[in-house]
Amino acid sequence: MGEHTVASFDEELGQISKLIRDMGDLAGSMVSGSTKALLNSDNALAQRVVSDDAIMDARQRELDDRAITLIAKRQPMANDLRAVVGSIRMAGDLERIGDLAKNIAKRVGTVGLSVTPRDLSHSIDAMAQLVLIQVQGVVEEYAAADAAALAKLRNEDERIDVKYTSVFRELLTYMMEDPRNITACTHLLFCAKNLERIGDHVTNIAENAYYVLTGQQLPANRPKQDETAMATSA
Amino acid sequence: MNIMTEQSLENAVGDKMNAKSNEVIKMRGDKVGVFYGEKQALFDVNLDVRQNQVTALIGPSGCGKSTFLRCLNRMNDTIDSARVTGKITLDEDDIYDKNIDVVELRARVGMVFQKPNPFPKSIYENVAYGPRIHGLAKRKSDMDQIVESSLKKAAIWNEVKDRLQEPGTGLSGGQQQRLCIARAIAVSPEVILMDEPCSALDPIATARVEELIDELRQNYTIVIVTHSMQQAARVSQRTAMFHLGYLVEEGATDKMFTNPDDKRTQDYITGRFG
Repeated sequence: MGEHTVASFDEELGQISKLIRDMGDLAGSMVSGSTKALLNSDNALAQRVVSDDAIMDARQRELDDRAITLIAKRQPMANDLRAVVGSIRMAGDLERIGDLAKNIAKRVGTVGLSVTPRDLSHSIDAMAQLVLIQVQGVVEEYAAADAAALAKLRNEDERIDVKYTSVFRELLTYMMEDPRNITACTHLLFCAKNLERIGDHVTNIAENAYYVLTGQQLPANRPKQDETAMATSA
Repeated sequence: MNIMTEQSLENAVGDKMNAKSNEVIKMRGDKVGVFYGEKQALFDVNLDVRQNQVTALIGPSGCGKSTFLRCLNRMNDTIDSARVTGKITLDEDDIYDKNIDVVELRARVGMVFQKPNPFPKSIYENVAYGPRIHGLAKRKSDMDQIVESSLKKAAIWNEVKDRLQEPGTGLSGGQQQRLCIARAIAVSPEVILMDEPCSALDPIATARVEELIDELRQNYTIVIVTHSMQQAARVSQRTAMFHLGYLVEEGATDKMFTNPDDKRTQDYITGRFG
């Protein structure tokens, strides 16, 4: 894409896309930090994630301000318009990812008090890895303007859903085995649910990024597999 | 308030009629080329103008959009060195045919210019001039009727009804432009060509004219040349992008301004050249 006749227009768009990258990086580090803190019962790390959320919120407000000022000043069109509006929406999803990571971090203290079964932390860890790859991937692919990779990444969310279902079942088993596990397992279940939701926000970001890059919407239906509803009834 | 109801009634009827006529081709340019002397200004332009729609012509200065607009009612005839090739039809009739009466053509395809140019006569006479030379009114009462309804359609009646005998040049710029639109409407044209009709107007007068364009669309077919991308996006249903004398891209306005196909269109509307 060539440069605008008005150079400061390019600068302003650049600042917005830099904020998206920053928020994406921060979201990645919050997700990895919160799960690490959870698995290692690391309260200090959890505290850092909680305080990072304030930075995330501030970035989002700055992005909103810049985007709205740019629309008012430049009346962007076509790909520029899509980039600005898409950024506002992506920032909303990134901010939510930050909130969910913070929520995981806040549970670290409570879960840490009880004994967590080894196997369990293993499967939550595996789920967190999948989520982290998605969070980091979506920001990278958007920066690289790779629409095909974004479409693929969006479908990858299915793997998180499958993982979530299996974590859910495992937790249920532990709770049935020993009611003393219930408190910790319930917290872990919320953590797993938060990770699953982070995955959903990543798919939103991928869809928005795809639209920004191509001007086309991805098809509405995406493979979905959340069998926890069935598991409960069984 | 009466005017509003009358107008909305007209619009409602117009809407029903438009449902079917949306895709009717009112004017069609077929391989239109224009030469000014040796220099070719327009190359092989194929463009359809749809009935009851606003077609916006956009592109950087010197791209040929005004040249094309002026072909549609043979305004280029007034330039000695200009030569038009290809074919332009109005309701399937070739407007460059030898048997076409140019005066009658320009009554059917009216024009509003960049700078408001009322005649140095009264407001009444500005509007009555066209119908008079075309013999559209037999009696004074008929003429009064035409003047009133034209000024109403141009949304300026309320502002001038008590001063019809005052000179048209005494009105504000925005009022003058609406007076010129009333003058164009007075001869009951089928197509109205507008060459940057708002470029000399302030934002409020511009908004009034844009609102008017939207209302006029119910009864007329409009082709507008504009340098304001936002205006093209706001008022038109179809947009045609010109560059260096060629038609680059034509399509639904909504798509042109959110996701154009051609890179030159994209670069122009996003402010990357021009």
